[in-house]
Amino acid sequence: MTPPGFVLPDMLPAAAEIFLLGMACIVLVVDVYLPERFRRFTYQLSQASLAGAALLVLATFPDTRATTFEGAFVADPMAAVLKMFILVVSGFGLFYSRVHLEARRLMRGEYFVLGLFAVLGMLVLVSAGSFLTLYLGLELLSLSLYAMVALDRESRLASEAAMKYFVLGALASGMLLYGISMIYGSTGSLGFSAVAESVGAAATSGSGMRLTLVLGLVFVVVGVAFKLGAVPFHMWVPDVYEGAATPVTLFIGTAPKIAAFGMLMRALVEGLGALQADWSQMLVVLAVLSMGAGNVIALAQTNIKRMLAYSTIAHVGFIFVGVVSGTAAGYAASMFYVLTYALMALGGFAMVIWLGSAGEEADRLEDFRGLNERNPWFAFMMLILMLSMAGMPPFVGFWAKWSVLREVVASGMTWLAVVAVLFSVVGLFYYLRVVRLMYFDSPEEKAPVSSLADMRVVVSVNALAILALGIYPGALLRLCAAVVVP
Amino acid sequence: MIDLPLLSIVIWTPIAGGLWVLLLAGGERSGATVRAVALAVSLLTFALSIPLWAGFDPGTHEMQFVERAAWIPAFHIHYHLGVDGISMPLILLTTLMTVLVVLAGWEVIRYRPAQYMAAFLIQEGLMVGAFSALDSILFYVFWEALLIPMFLIIGIWGGPRRIYATVKFFLYTFLGSVLMLVALLYLYSEAGSFAVLDLHALPLGLTAQKLVFLAFLVAFAVKVPMWPVHTWLPDAHVEAPTGGSVILAAIMLKLGGYGFVRFSLPITPDASSELAMFMIVLSLVAIVYVGFVALVQPDMKKLIAYSSVSHMGFVTLGFFIVFALVQSGDATGAALGIEGALVQMISHGFISGALFLCVGVMYDRLHSRMIGDYGGVAHRMPAFAAFMMLFALANSGLPGTSGFVGEFMVILASFKAGAWIAVLAATTLVLGAAYTLWMYKRVVYGPVANEGVGALEDVGRREFVVLAVLALMVLLFGVWPAPLLEVMGPSVEHLVEHLSRSKL
Repeated sequence: MTPPGFVLPDMLPAAAEIFLLGMACIVLVVDVYLPERFRRFTYQLSQASLAGAALLVLATFPDTRATTFEGAFVADPMAAVLKMFILVVSGFGLFYSRVHLEARRLMRGEYFVLGLFAVLGMLVLVSAGSFLTLYLGLELLSLSLYAMVALDRESRLASEAAMKYFVLGALASGMLLYGISMIYGSTGSLGFSAVAESVGAAATSGSGMRLTLVLGLVFVVVGVAFKLGAVPFHMWVPDVYEGAATPVTLFIGTAPKIAAFGMLMRALVEGLGALQADWSQMLVVLAVLSMGAGNVIALAQTNIKRMLAYSTIAHVGFIFVGVVSGTAAGYAASMFYVLTYALMALGGFAMVIWLGSAGEEADRLEDFRGLNERNPWFAFMMLILMLSMAGMPPFVGFWAKWSVLREVVASGMTWLAVVAVLFSVVGLFYYLRVVRLMYFDSPEEKAPVSSLADMRVVVSVNALAILALGIYPGALLRLCAAVVVP
Repeated sequence: MIDLPLLSIVIWTPIAGGLWVLLLAGGERSGATVRAVALAVSLLTFALSIPLWAGFDPGTHEMQFVERAAWIPAFHIHYHLGVDGISMPLILLTTLMTVLVVLAGWEVIRYRPAQYMAAFLIQEGLMVGAFSALDSILFYVFWEALLIPMFLIIGIWGGPRRIYATVKFFLYTFLGSVLMLVALLYLYSEAGSFAVLDLHALPLGLTAQKLVFLAFLVAFAVKVPMWPVHTWLPDAHVEAPTGGSVILAAIMLKLGGYGFVRFSLPITPDASSELAMFMIVLSLVAIVYVGFVALVQPDMKKLIAYSSVSHMGFVTLGFFIVFALVQSGDATGAALGIEGALVQMISHGFISGALFLCVGVMYDRLHSRMIGDYGGVAHRMPAFAAFMMLFALANSGLPGTSGFVGEFMVILASFKAGAWIAVLAATTLVLGAAYTLWMYKRVVYGPVANEGVGALEDVGRREFVVLAVLALMVLLFGVWPAPLLEVMGPSVEHLVEHLSRSKL
């Protein structure tokens, strides 16, 4: 027994988070004193903060699992990889936001500060070592996002979306807390490793505690499903995606999905791994519903942001399919899926931002009509993004689906693989519709779409990365397999 | 020569060339440069593919020109290429037809010629890749990826209902393919390998074989296409630009047939044997019923499309009568059936491609595909009429043309399997002659039908070259198919021997 007393915890594993917190505060203060014409400096400082945090993550890349703050904070290779992707994707996100906000004279410092806090929340979430840290990270992320959605207070749609997001999000947080309290009640601890031990004992002994645990599990799963936007907890997704300004949608639709995957891994696999048989069943139902409803409802959309929202729901179904197998390889497949999905969604929303960068919002599918004549290069990039989301080789979306399907077939659930591929045929139809509009129809206005040089470069890098990863997916697949430890 | 990665070169040259052509289009320059580069790339690719034939050793069934490199080592996926006597001729067919298609689209394509040429070149590389892949995932990647250029070709340069046709084409084939993917993943979970040759050797229970066979069947039957999943083909053909129709008929359909010999038959021989009668009946329905359907088509392209379905019925028939023959111990007969089917694939590539080009030649002048809009074309286009006569006769299976060889071999083999099969299959000689020659008569003979036909000009030098090359091929393989059979021989014998052993 160590004598009670204050011992300074090891801060090094959390260096990136601490740095980011400090920088977010500095950006907040600096921005207040900046004259309007130097507003871009806030943006640059925010990007520098993300870059600095990314460097710190790399510098402190752990070889094995390390914990600090009495086990409440975990730094392991999986967290480090997820954090790298969160930071890079958010960096792209801030860049696209700048393009959008400057075109609309909405450039405000709060946006970037909120963005940094949201990123901090995500980093904490994937490093959570106990339910308390998990909740802390989740709330920091969610509250920042609510505010970001509501940032354009002139817009009625955005306010409505923010309200809806907030109310449903609070409900989900409440459910999650309720679930956590049941688990705490039956195990007497909040730390994942301690919970895992008691749950393991309870699951094998078959005592009455098991029932409470499973009940708690249900609420935790609901919380996770809400954050990822799985059917039937998806109602907020399309409205928020449509109502929020496109860069905010982009922000919500990409990095937080990676963080939510981290949350799933921490809570379900690490904390409640002994109940895998139970939560697998729940996830199967969520997966089938998500793939079905997401793909079918997406068919009827005329707004590309709504379409991408339903497509997200369908992709979340696929992510669950990988987790269902309950093996390390399955988790790695899902991780690969979520990372590449974030890249694809990033590119997809970036295209919407790019098309609307002249000032006019361009979020109807119709706006893509005849893009091949107006700007063949961007049309080609969009072709890559859409077909990749549909799961066509040689783009990375194919490997994402492939790796998930491989694991589910290997675990003997071939029927689930068949269901998944049949729904992806449905999905193909609406992705093809975008390609069809771009290539086969004549544009309403013939004017070529011009773009900022840096926007062109960044979008191209984004889309070509999807092609490059599709031609050589080996390294990323191996990385995911290496860092996931069941 | 052996040291050069020839197959890789033949795959990646046209793809790189296609991307180059796309980049050339940057400044909206005249199509002349684009066409010249596209032709040069396609000729170069064809020239590079000739050593595949010249250096091919016809004495063995082993894979040749093998290349193998780790691609995704963690999951045992390899960049594994190689050809045997079954796939090598199909690769040459691909490279030759692409040259002709580039020529055929020469002045005709005015809208975005660079994207048009690039699509065909990239597609060529992907098709060669599909024919030479020995890793099932590599095969799947090529097989799926080549849908994208064809989707764009039909959708951008096609006819009035092109969007419906191309989306239907894409969804049909995609639906088939994804089930194949699940089957491949299942086989991987059993065999621990994605290598095609390992899957050939994998023992499997009958139920598993049947399910895998059905998954493959959906993929390949849609591609071939077999009755009753053929309905995308007439739509796609009618709406596609000439070049698209040619590649679709000459090569894409062959991928389905190739899939049967490379995957379905050797991986699931017992299921194939069990379900052989079912497949034979489907093939016969395609041959006879679709033949009748072709008879009443007023649209030339649709007629040729249905005729393609009917002729491809011979291919699947040839593959599946094998099992009856193997069981009765007639290995020579079985080999005859498979060889006949393979010859039919090559020959149909030339003939259907040529017929679509003929329709294209007329369409470029009159902008109509309807038989009723023509009549008396021979008066104005005598050279063209002569070429079309040859191809029409070849399509009806006249001895001396390549169309006869394959069909005759399959009918001969089916006599050994059952006289009624042969009798039904042989009706195609009557039906094929009826619909092809009747169309020919209405279009080419008779008095000049209208002013449009009266103003027709005969084929130019470019069109002449394209049709002459195909005519030469049709006649060459018609009178002297020996080189083809010699190349295929050992591979087919090996396949028959493989099929005669049960996997249970």
